[in-house]
Amino acid sequence: MDVQTLTFIIVGASFAMYIAIAIWARAGSTKEFYVAGGGVPPVANGMATAADWMSAASFISMAGIISFVGYDGGVYLMGWTGGYVLLALCLAPYLRKFGKFTVPDFIGDRYYSQTARTVAVICAIFICFTYIAGQMRGVGVVFSRFLEVDIETGVYIGMVIVFFYAVLGGMKGITYTQVAQYCVLVFAYLVPAIFISLMMTGHVLPQTGFGATLTDGSGMYVLDKLDGLSAELGFAQYTEGSKSMIDVFAITAALMVGTAGLPHVIVRFFTVPKVKDTRISAAWTLVFIAIVYTTAPAVASFARVNLIDTINGKDGSGTEYAEAPTWVKNWERTGLITFNDKNGDGKMQYSAGKMEDPNSANEVKIDRDIMVLANPEIADLPAWVIALVAAGGIAAALSTTAGLLLVISTSVSHDLLKRTLKPNISDKQELIAARLAAMIAITISAYFGINPPGYVAAIVAFAFGLAASSFFPTLLMGIFSKRMNKEGAIAGMISGIVFTAGYIIYFKFVNPGANVPANWLFGISPEGIGTIGMLVNFGVAFLVCKVTSEAPEEIQQMVEDIRNPKGSSAAHAH
Amino acid sequence: MAFKDNDQAKAYWAENLSLVLKLLAVWFVVAYGCGILFVDALNEIRFFGFKLGFWFSQQGAIYTFVALIFVYVRQMTALDKKYGVDE
Repeated sequence: MDVQTLTFIIVGASFAMYIAIAIWARAGSTKEFYVAGGGVPPVANGMATAADWMSAASFISMAGIISFVGYDGGVYLMGWTGGYVLLALCLAPYLRKFGKFTVPDFIGDRYYSQTARTVAVICAIFICFTYIAGQMRGVGVVFSRFLEVDIETGVYIGMVIVFFYAVLGGMKGITYTQVAQYCVLVFAYLVPAIFISLMMTGHVLPQTGFGATLTDGSGMYVLDKLDGLSAELGFAQYTEGSKSMIDVFAITAALMVGTAGLPHVIVRFFTVPKVKDTRISAAWTLVFIAIVYTTAPAVASFARVNLIDTINGKDGSGTEYAEAPTWVKNWERTGLITFNDKNGDGKMQYSAGKMEDPNSANEVKIDRDIMVLANPEIADLPAWVIALVAAGGIAAALSTTAGLLLVISTSVSHDLLKRTLKPNISDKQELIAARLAAMIAITISAYFGINPPGYVAAIVAFAFGLAASSFFPTLLMGIFSKRMNKEGAIAGMISGIVFTAGYIIYFKFVNPGANVPANWLFGISPEGIGTIGMLVNFGVAFLVCKVTSEAPEEIQQMVEDIRNPKGSSAAHAH
Repeated sequence: MAFKDNDQAKAYWAENLSLVLKLLAVWFVVAYGCGILFVDALNEIRFFGFKLGFWFSQQGAIYTFVALIFVYVRQMTALDKKYGVDE
């Protein structure tokens, strides 16, 4: 069977499974819609949270980025996993004990202020939208390549599927669908990685394989070969990277703190029965994430060696374009690989520098996003593996989209309508509002999937910066400082966001030409500025809190209460 | 509520904080120390085919994070029992 038929079968089967689960678990009450009745076992919740967190960016883009930047890519690996430690140790158990549905709920109640709640709702919605646009695009890219439909059709198909299980199923549907999606995506990620590791190094585990010697007879270590190739072709050393230390530090911190402040991830920890289960669930989540995240850098190294060897040929003199493998031609058709035979020798030569630059010897331009999808083709793996990767990419994108949609719909129906604008609407009306909000959100995100803004990467930096400079410090102080009052929290959130957003908008949108290290504050790029924004938030909050009266007695009592793990199930008894 | 008195609640919270701070210290040293600040020095050391600093950044830190959360779960469960606030 050819790749396309297999892709139809495998992707189709996985879809059928997701829809079946969504129907089976259709939600009844409002509470089930939001948090699955608080009755999901910790390991299942861990898997679902992992699927929720691992988006199209993790599945499709991350290994590709690492493949091109080597050591510098470590910021994503450490940032996105290290944030879980913060989340698990400092936030999740306490927010679960608090026992409300959403992050703005906590901020609104803890800081006894509608203003604080509203600021939090706006941040939550903005962060989620930023993410969704990228996810819908991811679905579109996968479909358009493997099913050979145009990208619009791809996005529409994805839209219908997401609509079904997010809007009809609610959180419970999502939790169990996401468990299934995690299984699909991890299998799809590991199978090609193990295949390639075995072929190149004889190691079953990719994690040890990329630290082993190549089996091509040279006896060289994989990474030594990569460093050698990088030096030869004019790239920075693969194992050393090219970013400054302070920037690597700041980006890692911003990603960590941003992860810990992401509303769609935090809300997952409200779905387990007890505080103790929240802790266990967070631990399992990280295990399931780590399986993929420790494989990614291995995939990155293998793909890099394979790519350079295939394009430049074993002797480095270039491969005849007429004899290029089919994957080069396939991806060329999507516009994600371009070849310009500048020296007219009919061979492809890849090296550092921009292909468009007439003074550079580089003749090939390769989009980073294709590395994971093209990897099985580059390594000549069987067609069913290629089909599996397509299913995995779609699972990753869909699961994250569904989780994000849920936060958007909850924020609108619960935080904005029920808690702010129309306090006396019934449960049923609230549920209808939630479903309507999800529908509108899907439509808007599909629009962005079809007409993506030209600066998706810039917007992602924006989302993390905002989460880092708004939610994380405010939540942390809400739990660990009893005295922190509403004046401090609101002033802190607003100054953190304004500083971070201002810096990013200036360098990314207003004056992109000035976006070079010499102009950066302390040498920190816009991707890492959330770290400083977080410090601004903390600083302002404590200063303002010092000169205003401390939080009222009953709030201090409430903080006292969330520090005590006992009695959480009572909050979810009805 | 569940604590016998206020002192018990305070003692529980103090032990909780000290555990979290200890774990976060390890977290910081491994991720930011080994993976970023001292990466050049550690890269002088070979660990199989890896430079050690590079290995920490792309593998070691992640394994440490997983271990940290499991230690946290175990210690907190014990702490909850000790103060009678387990469920």
